[in-house]
Amino acid sequence: MSDLLWIFISTLLINNFVLAYFLGICPFLGVSQRLDTAFRLGMATVFVMLITAFCVWFLNTYILIHAPYLRLISFIVVIASTVQFIEMVIKKLSPALFKALGIFLPLITTNCAILGLAIFTTNKGYGLVQGLVYALGAGLGFTLALVLMAGLRQETELAPVPRLIRGTAMNLIIAGILSTAFMGFAGLFSAT
Amino acid sequence: MPKTKPDAYQEFIKGLWRENPVFVQVLGMCPMLAVTNSAENAIVMGGATFFVLVGSSCLVSALQRWIPRQVRIATYIIIIATFVTVIDLSLESLLPRLHKELGPFIPLIVVNCMILGRQEAFASRHSVRLALVDALGMAIGFFFALFALGSVREILGVGSLLGVNLFGPNFEPWVIMILPPGGFLTLGLLLLFFNWLKERKEQLLRRLDAMEAQGQ
Repeated sequence: MSDLLWIFISTLLINNFVLAYFLGICPFLGVSQRLDTAFRLGMATVFVMLITAFCVWFLNTYILIHAPYLRLISFIVVIASTVQFIEMVIKKLSPALFKALGIFLPLITTNCAILGLAIFTTNKGYGLVQGLVYALGAGLGFTLALVLMAGLRQETELAPVPRLIRGTAMNLIIAGILSTAFMGFAGLFSAT
Repeated sequence: MPKTKPDAYQEFIKGLWRENPVFVQVLGMCPMLAVTNSAENAIVMGGATFFVLVGSSCLVSALQRWIPRQVRIATYIIIIATFVTVIDLSLESLLPRLHKELGPFIPLIVVNCMILGRQEAFASRHSVRLALVDALGMAIGFFFALFALGSVREILGVGSLLGVNLFGPNFEPWVIMILPPGGFLTLGLLLLFFNWLKERKEQLLRRLDAMEAQGQ
C-alpha cells in the first residue's frame, strides 16, 4: 500500500512529467491560456493515460515477450486508436467540450507524455495495479502543472510586461520558475 | 513574398533560420529540453532526429500517391516509428553509454511534433527532391538549436564544453542550469534574444523607410 502511495506522490510532485521530465510540453504551452480548457484537457489526458497503462500492461504481458522489437510501433498504434476512440466519444457526448479542445485532442496522440508513460512503465517493470497508479499520478501531475500554468498566464495577461518578452519566451521563464518550485518537493521523502 | 514555384534553395534555407523549427515555430520542445544538459547529448539527439526526419520525409513523399487520406496520420506515425526503432537499436549497439544516458528520449523522437508536422505540411505534397531538401534544412536547423541550448547549459552548469574544461578549477558551476528548470530558463532567454534580434531588424527597416521618405 505505502509502495503504491509512494509511486503516486512521486509521479505527481517530485518527478512531475511536465516540470521534471519535460514530457507534454506542447499542450503545456499551447492549451494553457484558459483555466477551464486546461483542466478539461488534463482530465482527457488522465483518461487516455489510464487506458494506455492498461493496454501497455496487456501488450507487455501477452504479446511483446515474443517480439520485443515491435514495442515502439505497437505502443503507438494502440495509443493512437485509443485517442481516436476518445475523440469519437467526446464528440458524441459533449460537442461543446469537443469544440473547446479543438485541434489539441488528436494531438494527444503526439503528446510525449502518453508515449513516455508507456515507455517508463515498461522500463520500471510495473504490474497492472502499479501501472495504473503510476498513470493516475502522471495524469494528475500533468493536469496540476497545466492548471497552475494557466492560472499564472491569466494573471500575467493584465500585468505590465514589456512587449518584447510576451509570448513563448515569458511562458518558458514562468515554467522555469514553476519547475524550480517543484524541485523543492524532492526533499519530501528523503527523511523517511 | 511572391513565390511562383518552390525553389529548392529557398526550401533548404528557410529551415535554418526564417522558419527554424525551435526558435520560430516552437515545435519539438520535449526532446529539446530534456536531453540538452550537455553538448554531447545534444549532438547525439540532433543526429538521431536528423536521420529520422530525412528518412521518413523521403519515404512519405515517395509513397504519397498510395497513402489514403483518412489514415494518413497513422501511416506517417508508423513510418516514423520504424525509423526510430532502427536508430534506437543501432545506437544501443554502437554507443551504449550515450544510449543509456538519453534513456527513453530516443524512442520519444516518434512523438516529436516537428517531424509529424513536416510530413503533414510538406513531404506529403511535394516531390521527393523537395521533401529531401526541406527535411535537410529543418533537421540542420533543429540540430543547431539543440547544440546552442546544450552548449549554453553545459558551459554554465558544468563549466566545460564537450567535456573540455573551460574556466579552470575556480569556477563555481551553476548546477541549476543542468537541472530541469535550467532548460526552461535557457530556452526562454534564447527565444527572448531571437525576438530582440527580429525587433531590431524591423526597427532598422522602418528607420530606413523613414529616411528614404525624407530624402524624397
